[in-house]
Amino acid sequence: MNRLPWAAMARLAGRRLLFFVPVLLIVTFGVFAIAAASPFDPVKAYAGTAAFGSDARTLERLRENLGVDQPFTSRWWHWLTAALGGDLGQSSVMRQPVAQVIGERLVWSSLLCGAAFVVAVLTGTVLGVLAARRPGSALDRAVTSLTYSLEAAPVFWLALLAVWLFALRSGVLPAGGLTDTASEQVTFSQVAGHLVLPTGVLAVSQLPWFTLYVRQGVGDALAEDPVRGARARGVSERTVLLGHALRSGLLPVLTLVGSRVPELITGALLVESVFSWPGIAAATVEAAAAVDFPLLAALTTLATAAVLVGNLLADLLYGLFDPRVEFRDM
Amino acid sequence: MTCESAAEPAWRSYGVRRRSTTAVRLRVSAALVAVTVLAVLLVPPLVRLDQQTVDLGSKLLPPGWAHPFGTDDLGRDLLLRCVYGLRISLLVGVAAALVATVIGTAVGATAGALGGWVDQGVMRVVDTIASVPHLLLGIFIVAMFRPGVWPVVVSVALTHWLSTARIVRAEVLSLRSRPYIDAAVSGGASRWRVAVRHLLPAVLPRAALAAVLMVPHAMWHESALSFLGLGLPTHMASLGNLVQGGRSSLLAGQWWPTLFPGLFIIVPTLAVAGLAGAWRERIDPRRRSELML
Repeated sequence: MNRLPWAAMARLAGRRLLFFVPVLLIVTFGVFAIAAASPFDPVKAYAGTAAFGSDARTLERLRENLGVDQPFTSRWWHWLTAALGGDLGQSSVMRQPVAQVIGERLVWSSLLCGAAFVVAVLTGTVLGVLAARRPGSALDRAVTSLTYSLEAAPVFWLALLAVWLFALRSGVLPAGGLTDTASEQVTFSQVAGHLVLPTGVLAVSQLPWFTLYVRQGVGDALAEDPVRGARARGVSERTVLLGHALRSGLLPVLTLVGSRVPELITGALLVESVFSWPGIAAATVEAAAAVDFPLLAALTTLATAAVLVGNLLADLLYGLFDPRVEFRDM
Repeated sequence: MTCESAAEPAWRSYGVRRRSTTAVRLRVSAALVAVTVLAVLLVPPLVRLDQQTVDLGSKLLPPGWAHPFGTDDLGRDLLLRCVYGLRISLLVGVAAALVATVIGTAVGATAGALGGWVDQGVMRVVDTIASVPHLLLGIFIVAMFRPGVWPVVVSVALTHWLSTARIVRAEVLSLRSRPYIDAAVSGGASRWRVAVRHLLPAVLPRAALAAVLMVPHAMWHESALSFLGLGLPTHMASLGNLVQGGRSSLLAGQWWPTLFPGLFIIVPTLAVAGLAGAWRERIDPRRRSELML
């Protein structure tokens, strides 16, 4: 490969990072605006059942202490400046600072999502190539029908069926959690065993679009002149398929991976909840059930940032792999 | 395998066969949608069975003649509950899709028709909202407004209008340069009249297609929220609530209270996607018909 266009890539990344700032500002502002418009009352949430017994004066003082009497714009600004200093507030449901919750759980979510993505990409490539090899064949139809059915199937339903099949019926894999309940320490083999089912389900939920894109890409590449030329030269079918069609068909698809972060987060929210995986997606659901606003606000912002980074990654890869695209134009 | 058999003939026979498979797919999809709609509309008033009838003597019966889908942990017939659940999920899905389509069409048409900085600003806002994952935004809205029917509808609608807005805007932009619009403008039609009388009718088929496709999405979204315990209240047995309700039975080894509600989400989704694919082929024959989800 030629020397990478580092300077151009850095300029694109820099421009995008500048664009991230207003997006994140608007998103956090929107989060505070929605909270302000909702019937949610931070004072009652903070005081809990004690709010019923206490007099109006105490509640008023609490309101003042929490800063709820100020308009939501000033609360937003206060939160934002504190967040830049690393203070994201206190999570009521986890009973620890929000930053600490994220710090402890992010690694498990990343592990799960990363593993699932690798599995999905590998399986999707194999299935897509098999389907594209003979379009309209029984195999192609089987793969296509399977992917459409999987796309239509709710992730949480697949997860439950997987628990039933692999954990309850055959008992080969644990049904949830990070380690066995009896185990005190987090060991590699424990985590690896508990990772299999959530990874498999999350990968299956990401599989359909990838398989279909690979099938389309490789199928189109098979109909193009370079492939016809290679076949005319007597190049073996295997080389044609894997060396020519897969290479030109797969690269554009790989660049799309970054833009699928929202779907991955959606899948993780459901999969982590079913499998009690101690990641940030499961924490989001817990925070929502307990209306833990500081944690929800931070996690929404974090997810948005992840989506933006994914999009940037997709653009960078696209520019790298497709020589016709100039970074300047993006 | 020789190269001849692999390359051209495969593509060619694919083209010939495609027409018949498209027809079959269309018929199957239409039949499934019809069955779904009929079941949802007719079963509740016609069948004199109460889906809430608790019969602890026949709890957790596996699928059989008396109960084709089996019974749940309170002895309620699962087939009946699935039909009622589909009714609720479909209602929420249609309501949310309607709201989302109205918002999306209004925003997209305004942005496309006005153009300039309004268009730029509106589309930046659309991009910004789109960068928050849908389900997460939905969860946030529902968490703040407490679970209930309207928060769920609003949460689904507010996260789904973006794609409609983009589609409608793109369509309006491509229509703006057509001669008949120029004719209307030079004939003295006001901006408003051009938008309502000339642009909107031309955009509607596409917006309607987007709306139909959105219904399964909205159902999916609702069932995910309900499954997480953040959606409809449990007494409204939507499909998501049914899957969630079957969870405890599943952990005890009974698979049917979980399996069937899920199938009731998949089958209508595929049927609607098949119908929408055929419809798109009709309004836009150049694009290859693929199932759209």
